[in-house]
Amino acid sequence: MTMRIFVPRDAGAVAVGADDVALAFAQAAAARNVAVEIVRTGSRGLYWLEPMVELATAQGRIAFGPVTTADVPSLLDAMAGDGPHPLRLGVTDEIPWLKRQTRLTFARCGVVDPRSVDDYRVHGGYRGLERALTLTPDQILADVTTSGLRGRGGAGFPTGIKWKTVAQASADRKFIVCNADEGDSGTFADRMIMEGDPFVVIEGMTIAGITVGATKGYIYIRSEYPHAVIAMNAAIEAATKAGYLGANIGGSNHSFDLEVRVGAGAYVCGEETSLLESLEGRRGIVRAKPPLPAHKGLFGKPSVINNVLSFAAIPFILDNGAKAYADFGMGRSRGTMPIQLAGNIKYGGLFETAFGVTLGELIDEIGGGTFTGRPVRAVQVGGPLGAYFPRALFDTPFDYESFAARDGLIGHGGVVVFDDSVDMVKQARFAMEFCAIESCGKCTPCRIGSTRGVETINKIIHGERVTENLAVIEDLCNTMKFGSLCALGGFTPYPVMSALKHFREDFGGDLGPAPARLQAAE
Amino acid sequence: MASGYEPWDEARGAEIIAEHAKLEGATLVILHALQEAFGYVPEPAIPMVAEALSLSRAEVHGVFTFYHDFRKQPAGRHVLKLCRAEACQAAGGDALAARAETQLGISLGNTTPDQRVTLEPIYCLGLCATAPSAMLDGRVVGRLDAARIDALVAEAQR
Repeated sequence: MTMRIFVPRDAGAVAVGADDVALAFAQAAAARNVAVEIVRTGSRGLYWLEPMVELATAQGRIAFGPVTTADVPSLLDAMAGDGPHPLRLGVTDEIPWLKRQTRLTFARCGVVDPRSVDDYRVHGGYRGLERALTLTPDQILADVTTSGLRGRGGAGFPTGIKWKTVAQASADRKFIVCNADEGDSGTFADRMIMEGDPFVVIEGMTIAGITVGATKGYIYIRSEYPHAVIAMNAAIEAATKAGYLGANIGGSNHSFDLEVRVGAGAYVCGEETSLLESLEGRRGIVRAKPPLPAHKGLFGKPSVINNVLSFAAIPFILDNGAKAYADFGMGRSRGTMPIQLAGNIKYGGLFETAFGVTLGELIDEIGGGTFTGRPVRAVQVGGPLGAYFPRALFDTPFDYESFAARDGLIGHGGVVVFDDSVDMVKQARFAMEFCAIESCGKCTPCRIGSTRGVETINKIIHGERVTENLAVIEDLCNTMKFGSLCALGGFTPYPVMSALKHFREDFGGDLGPAPARLQAAE
Repeated sequence: MASGYEPWDEARGAEIIAEHAKLEGATLVILHALQEAFGYVPEPAIPMVAEALSLSRAEVHGVFTFYHDFRKQPAGRHVLKLCRAEACQAAGGDALAARAETQLGISLGNTTPDQRVTLEPIYCLGLCATAPSAMLDGRVVGRLDAARIDALVAEAQR
């Protein structure tokens, strides 16, 4: 009997040797004359176990990991004889880290073959679209609105309202734009879903298209994600061949085409209006709002622009109903959030769960603390524009409002853990440096403020009139926060001010010189 | 690898531009395609793109210079990109970047005098749970430590 072995092709798994492992399995099987079928999947998101290989059995899939090429011969023996192996992790779905999750958006990621429409359908794919095709646009809008889904890119704007605005606009053309410019450090959920379950993104965008009356969509993927670009293009081709894209989708009167466009290394293009400029072939300069993209978006036409995860949440909502999604979560944050645990963390990866889990649970229980084994000192939530939280704030529940109430943001759900060797002045300076490098240059607070910020923090680091310069930083942050056109300049103060507020001892000044620990680190 | 690129040729450039010129908002697509063929965007191509898209040279030049990806001259034979964003910083990326700089004798953003290696910073490869990470000529590498960065640098120098 042919053994079915699943090896991820996810970039995170490939980065730690998954391609070599897949090749080693093929070679070892050929050498032993054992029949194997190697299926390249996405990642389950348990990255400390990658490359994690799975075997199809009557009891379900059995996982092994982390696998190196040297392990492959003995693994193949254990697989063929159903014997024990030191890397054997048991039934994948029973692994506590995975079992504890609520995977609505990521249900298929790491399970299915991301190149196969058939596999997608076998695992419940396209049921959302099939139901949507039986509904009126108003009914779909009601579902999306009732689900409580909010923009997963970070802004948290209600998706239903955005779609409704575009649906009500009249124009000769409308567009669906998927923001796959996932530039935040510590985030990789968009990449994972595009590589591991690209059809769910396509299905979500298609549903958006038939709802608002758009027949063309673009997926703007950052150039740092070449694997995702390949996966999306392959999926678009497969979906088109299967009649799920193009004219008369699923035999209906609706038509929808998709095209991937690749960014070119500009972080600011993750900002929606900058992204639209870039898609139109221009510099990624932020547009002033209004007009909203929903009224005047891509090529001046009404456009739905959503994050990858927002579109990827749609098929579940249409398939299982708005209530099934809204039943998860807390307060005004409904449904689940694919949280990404990253940086100096023992058990890093993708953890999809209902809103409301606390930061402490995420870091200590689920993440297992740092991989260096040193104490956790700071956690940056929400990417380069997110605040640094100390342990004292670990009781913060993961939802939009709770983080905002503590001068933070959940952003795109990235959580980056730092141990006690971190120097928070340096992190504050990096936030300003990054803003200076990536500023589009349109507005003064962001363009000039970030450069002045770097200079001023350098003075603080050198112990120059620290108290006065800290006042300058605070003033600068206020100007940037309230005077910038978009979130790049507007949110850079979050990491800077949170570092100053919660880790004041690293900045020296009236508290005396910076601790010896930090001086030694210099 | 730079050696795998075609030398600049005007007719070939024109062909690449024509291939994509009909797309809406084609500028980035064309610049990417040119760089893919030649390893950089040769200066004579800028007015050709402008002509094909009915844009001014200044507009195309503006787009070309706005984005970090586009090169105005060929890179070294190998390009090693080190992630310098927060998740990799948290995992010890600063020390590894300094180590690579020392070994290659150049700072980030430069090419070795023998044109073998271009060392560049990159801000996030999305490999943040297997940090620190890098990309060598399009191949991603995670969980870097001193030994692995040494091996990567040695591979790039070959």
